[in-house]
Formats: sequence, C-alpha cells, structure tokens
Amino acid sequence: MKQNEITQSFDVIIIGGGATGAGIARDCSRRGIKTLLLERLDISTGATGRNHGLLHSGARYAVTDKESAEECIKENMILRKIASHCVEETDGLFLSLPEDDLSYQSKFVEACNQAGIRAEIIDPKEALRLEPSANRNIIGAVRVPDGAVDPFRLTASNVMDAKLHGATILTYQEVIKIIREQNRVIGVKVLDHKTNEIKSYYAPVVVNAGGIWGHNIAKLVDININMLPSKGALLIFGHRVNNIVLNRCRKPADADILVPGDTICLIGTTSSKVPFEEIDHMRVTPEEVDVLLREGEKMAPILAQTRILRAYAGVRPLVASDNDPSGRSVSRGIVLLDHATRDGLEGFITITGGKLMTYRLMAEWTTDLICKKLNLSAICTTATEKLPGSRESIEEISKKIISVPLTQRNSTIYRHGDMADRFSENTPLDNSLICECEEVSVGEAKYALNELDVNNLIDLRRRTRIGMGTCQGELCACRAAGLMSDMKKICTNRAKADLTSFLNERWKGMFPIAWGDTLRECEYTAWIYEGVCGLTSSSKK
Amino acid sequence: MNLQQHNISDNNFEQCIKCTICTVYCPVAAVNPNYPGPKQAGPDGERLRLKKFNFYDESLKYCINCKRCEVACPSNVKIGDIIQAARIKYSKKQPKFRDYILANTDLVGTLSTPLAPIVNTTLGLKPVKAILDGVMKIDHRRTFPKYAFGTFESWYKKVAKKQATYPGQVSYFHGCYVNYNNPQLGKDLIKVMNAFNIGVQLLEKEKCCGVALISNGLIKQAKKQARTNINSIRKSVLEKKLPVIATSSTCTFTIRDEYPHLLDIDNADIRENVELATRYIYRLLGQKKTKLNFKTGKKIKVAYHTPCHMEKLGWAYYSIELLKLIPNIELTILDSQCCGIAGTYGFKKENYKTSQDIGEPLFKQIEALDIDYVVTDCETCKWQIEMSTSKQCEHPISILANALE
Repeated sequence: MKQNEITQSFDVIIIGGGATGAGIARDCSRRGIKTLLLERLDISTGATGRNHGLLHSGARYAVTDKESAEECIKENMILRKIASHCVEETDGLFLSLPEDDLSYQSKFVEACNQAGIRAEIIDPKEALRLEPSANRNIIGAVRVPDGAVDPFRLTASNVMDAKLHGATILTYQEVIKIIREQNRVIGVKVLDHKTNEIKSYYAPVVVNAGGIWGHNIAKLVDININMLPSKGALLIFGHRVNNIVLNRCRKPADADILVPGDTICLIGTTSSKVPFEEIDHMRVTPEEVDVLLREGEKMAPILAQTRILRAYAGVRPLVASDNDPSGRSVSRGIVLLDHATRDGLEGFITITGGKLMTYRLMAEWTTDLICKKLNLSAICTTATEKLPGSRESIEEISKKIISVPLTQRNSTIYRHGDMADRFSENTPLDNSLICECEEVSVGEAKYALNELDVNNLIDLRRRTRIGMGTCQGELCACRAAGLMSDMKKICTNRAKADLTSFLNERWKGMFPIAWGDTLRECEYTAWIYEGVCGLTSSSKK
Repeated sequence: MNLQQHNISDNNFEQCIKCTICTVYCPVAAVNPNYPGPKQAGPDGERLRLKKFNFYDESLKYCINCKRCEVACPSNVKIGDIIQAARIKYSKKQPKFRDYILANTDLVGTLSTPLAPIVNTTLGLKPVKAILDGVMKIDHRRTFPKYAFGTFESWYKKVAKKQATYPGQVSYFHGCYVNYNNPQLGKDLIKVMNAFNIGVQLLEKEKCCGVALISNGLIKQAKKQARTNINSIRKSVLEKKLPVIATSSTCTFTIRDEYPHLLDIDNADIRENVELATRYIYRLLGQKKTKLNFKTGKKIKVAYHTPCHMEKLGWAYYSIELLKLIPNIELTILDSQCCGIAGTYGFKKENYKTSQDIGEPLFKQIEALDIDYVVTDCETCKWQIEMSTSKQCEHPISILANALE
C-alpha cells in the first residue's frame, strides 16, 4: 500500500455508487455543486443491481404502507418520462388464486385508489387473455401500472448525466477513513483498489449513500445507525414466460412477484435477516430455491418447466427507527439523517432505507439538505429533465442506425436508447457480435469500454448484458476479454485473471440451480475454458 | 430440491447449449452473410421473439429448411422447425404472385401437362426467360423441369384394373413431380412392386404434399391440402390396411414430420405407415424370401447423392443398399451435402447465387467422377444436378426397374 498524499477538494463527496448515490451526483451536479462520487467496487453492485427490476406502481404497499405507495406511484410516473429507455411499460396484474381470500381484493383496490394508484378489477378471463402464462384457476385479477426497470442502465444514465454536468465519478475507491476536524467532517481517505494508493479528498459535506454498507461507513465516525440487513433471493429464468408483471393479491409474502425484464423473467423474493458479517457473501440456499419455485409455479405454472439461468440475492438496507432499538418497527420508507442534528457531527449526512423506485426522490431530499448546508438555493430539475438515452423516440434512433441488422438494432436501442447511434461505426467488425444471446456487438462493447467507466469484464456485463444470456459467458467471455486486450484496457495477464473471475462469478449464480440443461451448459463451458483454452483450475481459484 | 428435474420444457429451444455445431453444418450460412445462421435464427432468435415480436427478422426467409442443423444438433433442438414456425407466426411479407405460381404445383401442372410440348419449348425460350426474370423474378439462368404430355394419374387409369389383381397391395403417394413431370418414375415403381407380386393403388384423393406452400408462406392452403391427404392416407392405412409408399423423399418427410410440427396436423395414427419406397422394398426383401431377377446387363457406374430430407429421415441407407443389389453396378457415395435448390428456393432470382454457391462443392465432386448417372431420391435435387453438371440424374427406383428382367 503506497501512502501517496493525493488531495483534491470538492463541495460534496458522495460515498456509494448505487442508484441513490448516482442520483445524488446527478442532482448535485445539475445544481452547480462540485461533486465527487466514490464507489468501492463498480456502480450498481449492491442492492441496486440485486433486486427485481420492478417498476413498482406502489400497489404492493398500498394496504400496509400508504406513504411508500404514494411515493412509488409518483416516482413511477416520473421515471416513465425521464428514463424511458430504462423502463418497459408492461403493466401489472394482482392475481387472486383459489387459496387466496377474495375479500382482500376490494380492500386492496380501495387502498390503491386512496394512494392515487389506478387499480382496475378485471375479469379473470380477460386477465388470462392479457397474460396467458398466468394460472388458469385464478378467481380474481386487478390491473395496475407496474412495469420493469433496468437498474444497471438507470444508474449508468445518472452517472453519465452527472459527468456531463461536471461531476467526478471514481469507482474501485474504498473509503477507509472519514477525516474529522473537531465536530466537523471535512473529507475522506480512500484506498484506490486499482493502484493500491491511499488518497484524500476534501469537501464540506460528505454523504453516506452506502445502502446496507452505510452502517459500516457510519461506524468510521462512531455513529450507529440501527440497520437490519434483510436478504432477498431471486431466480432468473432463461426467457420471458410473461409480458405483464404478475403479483399475488394478498399481503406481501415470499416469491409473489414475477417480473419480465429484458430477455428474461425473475421470480422473487424471499426475506430473511442476515448478520452484517455476511453481507458481502450472499449465497442462495436450496430452501430458498424451493420456496421461489414452489410459490412461483402457483402464479405461472409454466415456470415448473422453464429453464432457470441463475439464482442471486441482495441485501435490503432496512432501518429501525431511532427510538426502537429492538428493530420491530422496521420501515421501508426513506431515511435521511442529518448527523449534525442527530449526533452533533457537522458535514455528514446519511441517506438510506427507501427503494430503487424512490432513488430520485431520495436524491432530491438529500441534495436539498446539501444545498441548505452549502447555503445554496438552486432547485431540483431531475424530475423533469430526461436522462441521457431517453431524449429521443425509438423510431428516431432506429432511423439513424437503420442499416444495423434488425435484432442487433432493437437490442442496442432497448439498452442504450438514443446513445445507440453513438457507438456504431457500422463497419462489419463493429457490427459483429460478441454476445450472441443478447446481441451485443463489438461496437457496443467498445462504446462501453470507452465511455462507461468499465474496468473489467464484470463491469462490461453490467453496461451491456454480455454474459447475461442463456450461455452465461460460454461464447462471449473470451471474445470480450480479447477485445479489452486489443483496446489496451487490460494486459494479457490481467485478461486471464479477469476471465477467471468473470466465469467464477457466473458459476456462483448457476451453482444453486445447477441441474438439467443449465448444468449441461456449465459442463460445456468448463470444458471449453479448461480443456480448450487452457484456463487452469489453479487460475480458477 | 430439484423440483424441476422431471419436467421437460415445451420450449425445445431451451435445450440449446450454444455449441454452434448447427451453424457449422448450415449450407446457407456458409455462403450467404445475410443469413444469421440456424443458432441465431432458431434458439437465440426465439428467445428474443418471446421478448417482443419485432425481433422477428425477415432474413429468416433465407433458411432453406434442409434440417441439416437438426441432424447436427447434439441437444435434439428442432432448430429448423423453430425457424419455419417463426416465419409462419411472425412474417408479415405477403407471398408474391411468383411465390403463388411456384408453390401451386398442382394448378400449374394441371394447366401445363395437356400443352406440355408447347409449354416446355416456350419455357426454354430466351425472351420468355427474360420476361420471367424481369417480371416474376424467376432467375433466367434456371432451367425448368419438363412437363409430361399427359399425367401419371390419367395413365394409371388404364392399368388400375390389372393392378387390383395382384395378391399383395400397397398405396402410392406419387407426388406432383411424378404426376406432371416424370410419370415414368411411377411406372418404374409399379414394375418393381409387381416383381414382388404386389399391385399398386393410388390414394382416393391426392393433393400436393404442400412443402412448397409452407416455404412460400401459404399456410392456410397447405393445411387444407394436408387434411385432404391425411384423410386419404387414413382410408388406405386404417380401413384398407394398406401402407402408403412414396418415391419422393421430400413428400415423405413433409407428410411424416412437417404436418405435425409446422401445420399442427396430428398424424400419429398413420405416421409409421407412410414411408419411402426404397425403405419399404428393402424391408420386404428382409421379410420375404423374394428374390429379384436382374438382367445380366452391362456395367453401370452411378453416384448416390443424399438429399437433405433423406439425411433428416436417416433413410439414405435403404436406397444405397438397394442399389448395391444390382449386379455389375459401381456405386460411389457422394459426400452428404446440400445441392442448393431447396424446392422453389433456387428458382427465385434473389436466391439464385446462394443456391448455386451452396451446390458448388457437390457439382465439382460429381464432375470429377467418371459415372453414367447421379442417383437420388429427390426430384428437385435432380433438376439442380442436371442443370448444374453434365450428368443425368435418376431415381433409385428407376435404376432398379431398368436392371430387372
């Protein structure tokens, strides 16, 4: 570890590159604040990248948590406008199965209406016509404005807009110390994982947006936030079985949401408390897989015969209210803590709780508080100004790159919106595919490598979907590693190690569900990389 | 654990493990860069089409439906079926007038046979070819199969009574080619069957099997004709207890496999009783101790070409083994590869180059051999080989019939 004293000053330092951190960086930079965002890994590696990708209408919370429901529907409508390229307007159905109490339906619809959520009871036959994969025995159905949202793209767009407005975004920078001067926070010390250097950054305001890891960040200044890590496991199926979000019309429980997301669909989630020591090492257990499948099949019986691609788990940052150390009254609402008033420590703010759906609102509240501390009066524009990628209609973008092969054109526009015309030089090489399952071209990967803060193959996957298809890296991983080496992004030695960590990360998700065709494909992939390419087991850890 | 382990997905494409062997064996992908290849057009594309219909790519029309991808696939994915089914489900392109003419073999055959000498001459004229090329987009370099003067069905009427007198009986699905272009092949089959003391009957009503209708997107009509054929076959197999044999490998394959897979027509009750003439005869030779009396003729040198649908059926063996029975035959087995015509595909102007490029290695192999005939079970392969090489091409049944006393 080198002790190089590299220092730089900003108005605000944000710790955490999830949706919330990226949202704050966007909001701050748009309000003219000199912003630095620090992330210990890649952007959207925490809970942001490990959820359903559900664009909640708020209906799920309507009965139990009206405040969250109202926030959801408002943000839902905003995201449709500002992040149209990250959102798919699928609508959602709340299904009552024969074992469910149909009287809950009227209570549910009434609560939705009160929260301002359009909820329309439809005939079960009509519901089955709209969504043929739904259980044919349903006794009731309510249609709500749910949708799908891609958290990776959403976060990346926020980062992009922040950078366009002058923000500095640094990934693989882990905050190891918060620098204090008496009762003020004045900056942070970070470990740069890329160079192994220690650096210091200074700013009058430091924001802790670390999600569940925010607990540890606050600990650095001896502040206790009563957080409860709650694990949620999900299964990804190989293709879409549904095109409308399916929910159970009952009190929220395990595995009662099936979301169509891009080329796949996801069933989730479970909910269990985990100790802080485990939050960096989430593994999905056989029991969780069983619950997800058993409950999922009830909503969409076809899931029993559909190939599962992966299992994964995220950690929700649930916060217990300050006056309840037992943690019983847990809220899923937004928690914004000004540590000056709460703990007598100036210049330090924690934003946590909340949901992906409310990331923008959380950023707005946080930025309002930052402005107050900096004595600024700039107003928030993030609810009206569209994100990069969402500024042109699909038809317009499609016309611009009409000569790109159709499936590839549709896929890139779906992923990058109006940025899709940036990266295609439309040469045969640029139009050749790296990832065949998800139709990711060389041109798209080059764009991501050059402009989207990609440091390794796993980062590249989050920006493009390389390796997210049914082959899980079998064909694309070595092509992508080759391209990265060609572009001098990594040296050959690192490429080999990178390939290994990429494949191990893919295997981690397949391991809990490794049977049938998924297992066959794993075996085949192992054979290619070990047997043909000579990636040895020792380099596979 | 493993709640799923006994459940097999209806979505056969999920069994694909992306080994890409299908694309290696695809004759089109090798020569036409506009075709994404079976893996991408099939299992990969299907997954995207399930996301949204607009992922359907019209370049799927380049698939020649040879099914060599399915033969190559180690995971038993019905790749060719997935591609054809997607064309049926998603294609918005209306068949052109040309496609209608090419696909309606019955109609065109019925109109042409009474005027065969005139039609054949006219279709060979350069100005006519130029018009067909310019107006209809039927490539001017393509030679047309000759029409016969009078159909097989009308000839058969004269021999029907005699055929009924044989102790054994079998039904014959002759197909459009025998009926309108090559009645001699039908006559040859009757000669061979009669040598076994088996008489040949025709089906009560026979329509074109519909393979050209399917590939040209005329699905409604294909279904209608398929139902007519299946009803006639049922009468023969279930009521009269007579199996149905055919001389065309493509007709056989279409009735057995494409009807249930692409047209949703259930044929499970009769499928095993529809087979290729050479297979029927081979098995007959195995069962009965019937011996065929061959002429002690002069030496004949032939090369057998395996049509794609024979490869898919896995039945080339039977035709080859029958040929080997002929005394004084010198038989070469050509590499199993597509000739490129794929039914009506090669007739279309836009496909001519692809079609000839696909067949090129086969043509070269044929030209390098010193042979009298190329032998094959498929009529369109015959046209392609005769047009593209200097050799004449015959059906194994015709070769067999010629060798018999």
